[in-house]
Amino acid sequence: MWGLNVAADALMSLTLSGPVGGLVIAVADDVGLSSSQNEQDSRFWGRFGHLPVLEPCDSQEAYEMARDAFELSERFQCPVLLRLTTRVCHVKTRTVYGERQTELGSASADSGFTGDPGRMVLVPAHARNRLQVQVERDRLLAEYTEQSSLNIAKDGTGGIGFITSGPAYMHVRESFPHAPVFKLGLSYPLPFDGIRKFAAGLEQLVVVEETEPLVETELRAAGIPVLGKELLPNKGELTPEVLRPALGQLIPESGDAAGPVAGAEVFARPPTMCVGCPHLGVYYCLSRFKKKAVIAGDIGCYSLGAGRPWQALDSVTCMGASIGMALGMDLARRQQGDDGADRDKAVIAVIGDSTFLHMGIQGLIDLVYKGGNVTVMLLDNSTTAMTGGQDNPGTGRDVAGLPAPRVDFAELVRALGVRPERIREVDPYEMPTLFKIIKEETKAPEPSVIITNKPCVLIDDFRRHKALAVREEACTGCTNCLQTGCPALQVTRRDTEVTKSGKRFDKAWVRIDAVACTGCGLCAETCGPGAIGEPAMAAVMA
Amino acid sequence: MKREEQAMRTDSGKEDFNIIVVGTGGQGVMTASEALAQTAVAAGYDVKKTEVAGMAQRGGSVSSHVRIGSEVFSPAIAPGKADLLLAMEPAEGLRYFAYLKPGGAAFVNLAAVVPPVVFAGVASYPNDPVGAMQAANPSVQGIDAAAVGQRLGEPRLANMVMLGAASAELPLQAALLAETATARFKGRGDDLASLNLRAFEAGQALASAPAGSLP
Repeated sequence: MWGLNVAADALMSLTLSGPVGGLVIAVADDVGLSSSQNEQDSRFWGRFGHLPVLEPCDSQEAYEMARDAFELSERFQCPVLLRLTTRVCHVKTRTVYGERQTELGSASADSGFTGDPGRMVLVPAHARNRLQVQVERDRLLAEYTEQSSLNIAKDGTGGIGFITSGPAYMHVRESFPHAPVFKLGLSYPLPFDGIRKFAAGLEQLVVVEETEPLVETELRAAGIPVLGKELLPNKGELTPEVLRPALGQLIPESGDAAGPVAGAEVFARPPTMCVGCPHLGVYYCLSRFKKKAVIAGDIGCYSLGAGRPWQALDSVTCMGASIGMALGMDLARRQQGDDGADRDKAVIAVIGDSTFLHMGIQGLIDLVYKGGNVTVMLLDNSTTAMTGGQDNPGTGRDVAGLPAPRVDFAELVRALGVRPERIREVDPYEMPTLFKIIKEETKAPEPSVIITNKPCVLIDDFRRHKALAVREEACTGCTNCLQTGCPALQVTRRDTEVTKSGKRFDKAWVRIDAVACTGCGLCAETCGPGAIGEPAMAAVMA
Repeated sequence: MKREEQAMRTDSGKEDFNIIVVGTGGQGVMTASEALAQTAVAAGYDVKKTEVAGMAQRGGSVSSHVRIGSEVFSPAIAPGKADLLLAMEPAEGLRYFAYLKPGGAAFVNLAAVVPPVVFAGVASYPNDPVGAMQAANPSVQGIDAAAVGQRLGEPRLANMVMLGAASAELPLQAALLAETATARFKGRGDDLASLNLRAFEAGQALASAPAGSLP
């Protein structure tokens, strides 16, 4: 999910050549892991790439520091990281803003491109020279950070002083309003002299940083004794409810302790797929292949296929990983002998349209090149659904929603070398057809791509049909329809049936939420007794 | 303008007030907390609003914190520190009930949103979430927002009903809140704006009516 990880190669070279004009990289860390695959500390990139790191603590600072970052970038001719976290990105505050400034000085949009091969063409001979420039820049930045107004020592009372940055600063002020605080706005390189001055007269320094012990380790290495992660967790947000108990012994007068935490036990409510989502049919089918296939997933709404009731994904690693993971599994399986556990299993990759365009094409090229026996399910729902419905090169609209050239997925995968016979386009609401096609393609001993072609229910292209209804007297309680995972299906009563052989079947009778139902018909396709239909029809049939 | 000048514009005499708005993805939790935050800004408070949304559009649990006062530091409300709990869904109200301070005000939409995990039989919905909350805090008030929506012919008005219900407990003017909350419907037809305003007013009436009576 971290775009900067993907752009790391470019970053590590760009830092040597340096930008003309300002280059600010806003990178957001999901501290607290609310919606990502991992929780990482991007401040490492500052150390790795010799780049200044700015850490705003709220919206106002995010605004102000974006300007500061451009000024720094122009001044030192290096990219600057604006490090954001969950509690900057998911916070709104009063923000006072000024006039937009489009030019800062050294470069203007009209000045044109000036070639400078010794700097821009990073062959080793040039890059070696740039290393010397970088060493000098490091020295200048280390001087600069000592005087920067972004690093502020705030007086207070008591012998314990805090060194902190980003939203953790706000949590420290909230928890220990009277304590002296050194707020790092420009947190790399560290202002060691400033911190030494701050430390004079204090009994103890405590570093409060999200999430890794970076500042703490560097201060200790510089001979400045501090406390940090021995008291505080090195994961998650350092909110007052974490800080107060963790540091309460150190600062007894921390005042307002957190109130009762004894929360009621309420079931976990995971996100669901939407009512009538085109992915429901795909996962209903895939859940039928669970025992006969290994299924590698990818990043998007369809990663929800790992959850109930489908539980039809064996891996979700990072954006674009599905096809590569599947190829790896296929290659490993081929190493097995005739009795190998996975010899007869199919390997399936599931990836969405925008993810495929972003990170999947390379994987498919490799799959074709290596002759992998993998079935790729390309779920084209005409949008980037999980992030809120952004357009992409596969939607036929540009970022402003205006008409744009549209990638033809079937043509694209054909051009990458998938044989035309192995490219199947299918309506995901036609489950019997979809099921048959998955069966055929997983049997075919070569790369194949199944493209589903119905739009996300949350975009304008989606067409709603008349809501369906259940004819109660015809419903046998078989629960087949519930296996689609559609949230419009509601259980009205349950029962357990015991067969003569003693086998127990949990039964559930259902109704359909008529306000939510899109009339897609997926549940009706799973209904053996034909109890689901249009309301009028249901009435006639009754 | 820098932070110091901004701080001078806030009314420094104002008491802190913490609101937690909860519900499920798609119920208008964000819209409601946004309206609360905007109204507080207009009233001259310092405001911080934050949320835990995860995959908010997909029916998951959503919570939003709104902190208003003369100077707000951390955007997160600690458990036991909320002055007001606004729950768009009963089980979600119960989930976040521990955030409410003892004796704090709470308004809970009575309409349950039962997720597929419960229908699939892998999780169970709490028996009487509103009753459980009321047992611990008698001022917890259940609001039949769905009935208002039904009466007005639009089921998606519940968050507006809930805002109206809570408005008397806020350090904000109800009229200003109503205006802010309905502002986004301006230009989308008078009907939509007035429908939302009526939902807000119905909420106000429900909260002030004695238990059991309908406005």
